[in-house]
Amino acid sequence: MNQRARLSLLVVQIFIFSLLIGLMGRLFYLQVAAGPKYRDAALSIQSRDVVTPATRGLIVDSSGVPLALNRVGVAVTVDRTKIDRQPDKGVAVLQNLAKLLKLSYGDVYQRTRLCGELPKGSRAGCWTGSRFQPIPITKEADPELALHIVERSDQYPGISATPVSIRNYPGSAGVNGAHLLGYVGPLTEDDLSGANGRSYFRSESIGKAGLEIQYDEYLRGTPGIKTVIVDRKEAVTSTSQNSKPIGGNHLVTSIDARVQASAESALADAVRRARASGNRSDGGAAVVMDLRNGQILALASYPTYDPNAFERGLTVAEAENLYSEAAGVPALSRALQGLFAPASTFKSVSVVAAANAGYDLNKAYDCPSQVEVGTRAFQNFESKAQGRISMKKAIAVSCDTIWYRIAFDEWLRDGGLKPKSNANDYFYNAAKGFQIGVKTGIDLPSESSGRLADREWRKAWYAQNKDFYCNYKTRAPKSQQTAFLIQLAYENCLDGDKIRAGDAVNFSIGQGDTVITPLKLAQMYAAIGNGGTIWKPTVAKAIVKTDGTVIKKFAPEKLGTIPADKATIKFLHSALREVVISGTGAGVFSGFPVAISGKTGTAEVFGRNPNGSEKANTSWFASYGPTEKPRFAVVMMVSQGGFGASTSGVGVRKIYETLFGVQGSRVNSAKILFPSGIPPVGLPKISPATKVKVAK
Amino acid sequence: MSLMSQRINYRKSQRPSAFAGFDPILTIAVALLLLMGTLLVYAATRNWYAANGLDPEYYLKRHVVNIMIGSLLAWGTTIIDYRLIRAYTPFFWIAGVIGLTLVLIPGIGDEVNGAKAWIGLPGGFQVQPAELAKISIIVGMSMILSERTHDSDAPTHKDVMQALLVAAVPVLLILAQPDMGTIFIISIAVVTIIAVSGAPMRWVVGLLLVAVIGSFAAVQVGIINDYQVKRLQAFVDPNADSQGSGYQLRQARITVGSGGLIGTGLFNGPQTNGRFVPEQQTDFIFTVAGEELGFLGCGFILILYLTVLMRAFGIARRSSDPYGKLVCTGVIAWFAFQAFENIGMTLGMMPMTGVPLPFVSYGGSSMFANMIGFGLLQNVHARHRG
Repeated sequence: MNQRARLSLLVVQIFIFSLLIGLMGRLFYLQVAAGPKYRDAALSIQSRDVVTPATRGLIVDSSGVPLALNRVGVAVTVDRTKIDRQPDKGVAVLQNLAKLLKLSYGDVYQRTRLCGELPKGSRAGCWTGSRFQPIPITKEADPELALHIVERSDQYPGISATPVSIRNYPGSAGVNGAHLLGYVGPLTEDDLSGANGRSYFRSESIGKAGLEIQYDEYLRGTPGIKTVIVDRKEAVTSTSQNSKPIGGNHLVTSIDARVQASAESALADAVRRARASGNRSDGGAAVVMDLRNGQILALASYPTYDPNAFERGLTVAEAENLYSEAAGVPALSRALQGLFAPASTFKSVSVVAAANAGYDLNKAYDCPSQVEVGTRAFQNFESKAQGRISMKKAIAVSCDTIWYRIAFDEWLRDGGLKPKSNANDYFYNAAKGFQIGVKTGIDLPSESSGRLADREWRKAWYAQNKDFYCNYKTRAPKSQQTAFLIQLAYENCLDGDKIRAGDAVNFSIGQGDTVITPLKLAQMYAAIGNGGTIWKPTVAKAIVKTDGTVIKKFAPEKLGTIPADKATIKFLHSALREVVISGTGAGVFSGFPVAISGKTGTAEVFGRNPNGSEKANTSWFASYGPTEKPRFAVVMMVSQGGFGASTSGVGVRKIYETLFGVQGSRVNSAKILFPSGIPPVGLPKISPATKVKVAK
Repeated sequence: MSLMSQRINYRKSQRPSAFAGFDPILTIAVALLLLMGTLLVYAATRNWYAANGLDPEYYLKRHVVNIMIGSLLAWGTTIIDYRLIRAYTPFFWIAGVIGLTLVLIPGIGDEVNGAKAWIGLPGGFQVQPAELAKISIIVGMSMILSERTHDSDAPTHKDVMQALLVAAVPVLLILAQPDMGTIFIISIAVVTIIAVSGAPMRWVVGLLLVAVIGSFAAVQVGIINDYQVKRLQAFVDPNADSQGSGYQLRQARITVGSGGLIGTGLFNGPQTNGRFVPEQQTDFIFTVAGEELGFLGCGFILILYLTVLMRAFGIARRSSDPYGKLVCTGVIAWFAFQAFENIGMTLGMMPMTGVPLPFVSYGGSSMFANMIGFGLLQNVHARHRG
């Protein structure tokens, strides 16, 4: 045996030894170092969670009338992972299905596309969930058609039909309530990734808007989970965990179905009336609030949509309509998202400002037809020259020129274009005291905060827009190069960071850059009505378990008080009553048997509609009643609705008619909604079968 | 004559038993591997067969029968005079070549996973001629390289070429199946035998180069099937082919990894019982060990292999007879690289090829061949003083 052979053998031996050591090292890495990772991976291969969704809790009004409940429907679902594997990507299957369900193929196609698969701008009606869950085409299929699909599964690969629990908004008392209640829908990938810190199961539905999303964590309940261990053929070999679903809790709201329905129909009527008299009237809102605690009795927005359409399956047209400008963006909840200049309803704030500035509210003031402010003449808007009138009368007839003068004087006193460092800013401070520019804090999603156009805001605005206005001729589009706009841009560039005299006087009558939501105005008038307390508006009263146990009560929350002394509030009470007795609201409320106090508002709106016409005025009516013992604040707004009184005033009157059981000029005591004068304080019994109480 | 008498002397110097020549440590290590294999084959098949209404002991019974036949073969190989083995080597070789040829004839050879590697026999039995061809190549090459027709201490170029011819015929036939795993193992055994034979180093270096170029050319020219290219790609990127080879490799890795330090316990592996890894009782048997016995069990199996191989090196070293040394070397290379390829594939270190784990995997032909190989080691051991 030669030496080289011996050496070769040793080399081979060492080589093989190190190979085995290498295997050992790799084994250690896989099993010990990375073991936990692979154990998780194995678990996800072997185990399947069978999720039984919990029954969603009911949403009821303050007397227990269901506003949202659950029904059994038949869902026809499409499994994208299966139809995509068809040679034609499932076109034929979806065509047959569309024919069977009497839907358009386009709608069925759209509904089965993930939103990310479609180009931006044509995603309406797309599937917001994931590819791996069955996509429902409808949840309200005819059971016979469903049976047909199940029996001919070979003709409908990837399509199945199963009974499901669907959310239903029964429309008790004729309520629509879409903006208030919201709707439910599938989880998005974002939800599933735990972006909001909660964990979900793919087959669950969650609230997508309104109360459904706000109180989702209470309403949704806990789904039942059965974890099964499966083999490669997906056959179940054992069960490792089994929990029963726990039904969601019920939400008791302060809404009264009858008031809500009345507010909705009064609003729709107001819009119709305004349109009949030639206004464009593209939307509106109505709010009814218990001014002693901030609880909302009704919250309506126009135009609206059918909250049940989502479970039935939206057509592309329906989905596009939700956000269409031409249709007035029905998805927008104008009561808390719509921002409008408050116009004359703001004069209540100006009264507080004037009183704080030392003006005697019981004195007489000049109400000419116009006032020269600097080089411009500011006209009376809602009234002609009234001569010398009392402040009370000035509120009643909504004289503007009184306020021009006071505001201009105060502006000068504060230093004019060279403001003093310790300017009094009575008007801005009064508005701040009413919490204008701050959200009301209502327990509904996506509230807008509004805007208080004071000195700070003006400075911030200027910093942002200076470049644009100072280079207007190069930056602005051709269509906006009119002499007026160029002049305006020049002025804005020059001293846009300062409050000018025009800004100050506009502010005093609720015009200009200050905008608020109808809900904010309701909160403000509730505060005036109750003697000064600003309440946080709330819709939820309590969360109640399915067995009746109260889990959580929502206590009223004081947010502040308005900066007015007793005398000022007393003056406001008498002035706002005078509006309805002899002022701008007198015609609307003539012969009304319950004393109401309120204020009209007709706000000028700058800008043009898509068709080129100038925008019409915003119609406001803000009120509370009964005057002697105020309980409810009622506000209505119709955008491009014309005059405050004739459009919104009439709408508000209709809501009061429902609240107080008014028929013509009499109170029908059998029809009074709350015989004790106050909405229910306790919590109702909850049952899906509770019916609306209707007076004979 | 003298060899015979030495053998008799040797046997007389030991206990007068048919097992006198057995290396006890080697034997115990192989027996333990067989025992582990039996348990793992049973664990791999029991639950699935029971769940599908089949005999849960189906594979266990057949495996035990295979082991018994294999043990007889090992015993026979051990006690037989190895000059007889030498004498019959040409017949083994020719039989192997015939088997490998038959396999390629449609109607006789059964195609499994794209390779025509099996001959179906009546009664559902199958033989895999390539397994037995390994032995005939090792024995044939050792014979040629150890015979000295001249005074030289080392094989001449002519010897080496003859030896390569002995290997080349079966290898080409296996290439036609194609069974790349077996070719890989045979090639390594061939190179190892030539290296240890004392042949000029040029041969070793040259053959290694040919192997590297050959495998490149094979992929380029397309001798390697599509599925083999996919397997290679899957090795490079396990997520590439998520349903096919990539799926198997990923599942295998997850299954082994999920076992952790001590495993789930025999028969309790959910991955194994759910049969998420294919070919669990044969090529992927190590995943069962990984999941159910954990790092400790797998480590134990590796130590058993280490024991078998290091013992075999001892036998090879002690053998003064070049033939015995070369046979041992061939068997060592075969066992070592087959075990390494199989476990390495399971752990994601080697590309996927269908080679069984020696002494552990289910499969008759492979078991018989392994046991004959074990018998050859023992045979050389018994005569190391010769």
